[in-house]
Amino acid sequence: MKQFSMAGAAVAFLTLTLPAFPQGGFVPGQKRPPGDPVQIARGKTIYGIGCTACHGADLRGGDIGGPNLLRSQAALSDKNGEMIAPIIHGSRQSTGMPKIDMSQDDALAVSAYVRSVLETIGGQGRPPATGKVPEKIVVGDAVAGQAYFSAKCASCHSVTADLKGIAARYEDPRALQNAWVAGGSRRRGPQAASKARTVTATVTLATDEKLEGRVVRIDDFLISLRLEDDSIRTFTRFGDKPKVDLRDPMQTHRDLLDTYTDKDIHDVTAYMVTVK
Amino acid sequence: MTFQKLPIALLLPALLLGQGKSVPTTELLKPLKNEWLTYNGDYTGKRYSALTQVNRSTVKNLTLGWMSRITPGPGAPAGGRRGGAAPAPLIIGGEGKGDINAGGGTIKCSVLAVDGVLYFTMPDNAWAVDAHDGRELWHYFWKTRGGTHIGNRGLAIWNNYLFMETPDNYLVSLEAKTGKERWHVPIAELEQGYFSTPAPIVIGNHVLVGTGNDIDAPGFLQSFDPETGKLQWKFYTVPMNPGDPGLDTWKSLDAARHGGGQVWIPGAYDPETKLYIFGTGNPTPAYTTGTRGEGDNLFTCALVAINVETGKMAWYYSTSPHDMHDYDSAQTPVIVDGMFNGRMRKMVMTAARNGYFFVLDRVTGERLLTTKYGQRTNWAKGLDKNGAPQHDPEKDPTVPGALVSPDSGGTVNWEPPAFSPDTGYFYVPEINTYSMLYLTELDPRGSMGLGGKEEVTVGTSGNYLDAIDYKTGKVAWRRPFSGGGGGVLATAGKLVFTGDGAGSLVAYDAVNGKPLWNTRIGQISNAPQTFMMDGRQYVIAATGDILWAFMLY
Repeated sequence: MKQFSMAGAAVAFLTLTLPAFPQGGFVPGQKRPPGDPVQIARGKTIYGIGCTACHGADLRGGDIGGPNLLRSQAALSDKNGEMIAPIIHGSRQSTGMPKIDMSQDDALAVSAYVRSVLETIGGQGRPPATGKVPEKIVVGDAVAGQAYFSAKCASCHSVTADLKGIAARYEDPRALQNAWVAGGSRRRGPQAASKARTVTATVTLATDEKLEGRVVRIDDFLISLRLEDDSIRTFTRFGDKPKVDLRDPMQTHRDLLDTYTDKDIHDVTAYMVTVK
Repeated sequence: MTFQKLPIALLLPALLLGQGKSVPTTELLKPLKNEWLTYNGDYTGKRYSALTQVNRSTVKNLTLGWMSRITPGPGAPAGGRRGGAAPAPLIIGGEGKGDINAGGGTIKCSVLAVDGVLYFTMPDNAWAVDAHDGRELWHYFWKTRGGTHIGNRGLAIWNNYLFMETPDNYLVSLEAKTGKERWHVPIAELEQGYFSTPAPIVIGNHVLVGTGNDIDAPGFLQSFDPETGKLQWKFYTVPMNPGDPGLDTWKSLDAARHGGGQVWIPGAYDPETKLYIFGTGNPTPAYTTGTRGEGDNLFTCALVAINVETGKMAWYYSTSPHDMHDYDSAQTPVIVDGMFNGRMRKMVMTAARNGYFFVLDRVTGERLLTTKYGQRTNWAKGLDKNGAPQHDPEKDPTVPGALVSPDSGGTVNWEPPAFSPDTGYFYVPEINTYSMLYLTELDPRGSMGLGGKEEVTVGTSGNYLDAIDYKTGKVAWRRPFSGGGGGVLATAGKLVFTGDGAGSLVAYDAVNGKPLWNTRIGQISNAPQTFMMDGRQYVIAATGDILWAFMLY
C-alpha cells in the first residue's frame, strides 16, 4: 500500500518526503543494535551449512520450499534470539519446520545473522539490493519505431535537429524512454521552460484589449501572465470572462498518451537508442 | 449543554476547561448535522450535512472567522497567542525515549466538532481548540518509537473519552476535557513494519482500529473495549489458517499469511444489519506474483462487511481481484438508501483507487453496478464474471515498461468522497495520471513489499471533480481542477466543498459543478467539514499546520 502524503496527482510529481528520522532499517526511526560481528560471522557460516537449502542464500526462500525469512513476523520481531532460536530447536515442527540440531549459542548466532540481514531491508518492504545488473529493456523493432516516428512525431521533431544525439544524452534506455514519453525530461528551475514547452495565453478584456504572455498559473478564479516586458499581470476570472485562449504546445504529447500502445513505445525507444 | 442538573463540584472544572459535552454512542447514530462526531461525521460515510444556512445564495458571504496555526512536538508554544490567555496544558505520553523528532506535520484528519470544541490530530499529536476562536485548550504529544509518519486521520469520541492511533501502533485514550491520558494499548508490532494512520471508529461498545504495513504482513481490523482497552476481537483480511475461506485464491498458506490487505481507512456502519463495511489494501508483494500465485488473493483490494459484535465476515466483494498496481481499495465506502432499477435498495458504494465505481447491495454484498470513472484507466481488460475489473497482464509491470493509467497513487487515494441525497451524485476526485511501470525483479520468488518495480509518472491528461450518478454509474459532470484537495463535503445547501489543488478552498454548485465561492488559503490538506454553533454555520478546512474556520455574519 502507499498512502499519499497529500492529495492529488500534482503531488505525484513531488518527492514524498518522510520526516527526518535517524537512519534505520525499513521501519523509520527503528535502528537495531549493531550486533557482535564475530557472532554474526559465525551465524552466517552456520546458516550457510544448515539453512540455505530451505530458506535461500539471501534468506528469501530456497529451492526446497522454506519460507522467506525477510518477511517472517517472528524474525522481524526477534530481538535476541528469543523468537528465532526456539523455532530452530523445533517449536514449529507441526507446520513443517524441522528441528535443527545445534547448540543454543549457534542458534543465537544464526538469529544475530538473520537480524543483520533484516536490517538491510529497504523502504516500503523492498528486499535488500542484490547488485544484479538491470534487465535490457530495449525489445522493440527499430524499423517500426522509425515509421511511427515519421508518422506521428516528425511534424514537430527531427533526429537531425532537436533530437540530434538524443541517445547519447541518456545512459539508461529507461530514462530515455521515460523522457520521450513524457515529452522531455522534467527539468526544474528557470531554464526548464523552453519555448517549445511553454504554455501561453491571450486574455481579451471587456475593452477588447488583448494581452498575451506566458501562463504563470491558471485556475477557475485567476490567470497570471508574464508579459513580453517580463511583468506579471493577474486577472480575476468570472466564468468565461475575460476570454482566455490557451495555447499549450505539450497538449499534443498529452493527447498521444491516450493513443500509444506499449508496442509503439518500445518500437520508438528501439529507434531512439540508435540516434546517437 | 445544560448545567442545571450537574453538581457544583463538576460544574466548576467544566467551566474552567471550556466546553465539551459527553457523547453517548446513541448520538453517533444520528445523521450529520450540527456537530461532527466521527471520522465521516456520521456512520454512513456520505459526508452530507443537513445544514442549509450556507447555501448557493449565501455562500458568497462566507467569510473568515478565525485561523489557528498549531505546532506539533514537545516544545510547542501553546495558548498564549490569543492575547493574555494562559498557556494551554501540554500532556506528554508515549513509549519512545523522546529522541525521535518527527518534525513538522500536516493536518490530514477529520476534526471532531463537539459542543463548541474542535478535536484534531497530526501524527503523534492531538489538540483541543475552542471552536469560537481556535484557541488551544490542550495539546497531547506522544513520544514515538518510530514508524512511518505519513498522516493521521483523527480521533474518535465515546462519552467523555477520545481515542487516537499512533504511527508506532498504540491506541491511546484521552480525557476529552483535559487531554490527560487514560491508557494506551499496543495494536500491532512496529518491528514487523506496521504503522497506524486511521481514525478509530466507535460503534456501541467497540472501538474499531485498523493499521497499515508495506512489507508482506497480514492485514487486520481489531475491536477494543472503550472503557478498558481490552481486545474484543481481531479480524484478519487474509486467510491465516488451513481451511480458512479464500485460501484457495493464494498459492500457499505462507503466501496468504503475508498477503497484505491492510485496513487503513475507516469504514461505514449500518445499524440495521450491524455490519461494518470497509475497504482493504493491496496484496503483497504488490508488483510480483511469484509467491502469491494467479488467484484473486482474497480478501485484499475488497469491500468487506463484518458483524461488529462478533468480528465475523458477512460478505466481501473484490474490487481489484489479483491487484498488480498497488491500487489499495481502502477508499471510504458510502451507505445510501435509494431507488435502483425501479426499487428501493439498501446500498453501499465506493469509487476505488483503480478507477472503477461500484454499487453493491449492502445487506448481501450483491453487486448492482460497475462503471469506469477514470477516463484514462487502462490497466484492466474488461470485467470478470463478478463484474470486477480484470487485470490485463500486459499492463502489469513489464521489463520493457507498460504505460499505465492511473499511476500507483490511483484515480483517488485516501481522500473521502461525499454523496448528496438531493442530487443523487457521488462526488469524488478523478486523477488521470500515466506512469511507465517497469518490472525490475525477475526472480521467480518475486519481490517483497512495494519492491520489484520502477515507476515514473510521465504525464496526466487532466484531473476533475466528478459527480457520479449512482443510478447509472455515469459521470453527470466533470469539473476540471488541478487535483484532489483532501476530500469532499456535500451539504443540504446544495453545495460541494473541496480544495482545488491550486490553492483554493472552493464551494461548487452540487447540481452542476459551477464554482460559486473560493478563498485562496493554500493547499487544502483534509476534507472540508461543517458544523453549527451559536446559530451560525461554520465551514472548516486545514492547510498544512493551519486550521481555518469560515462563517456567515
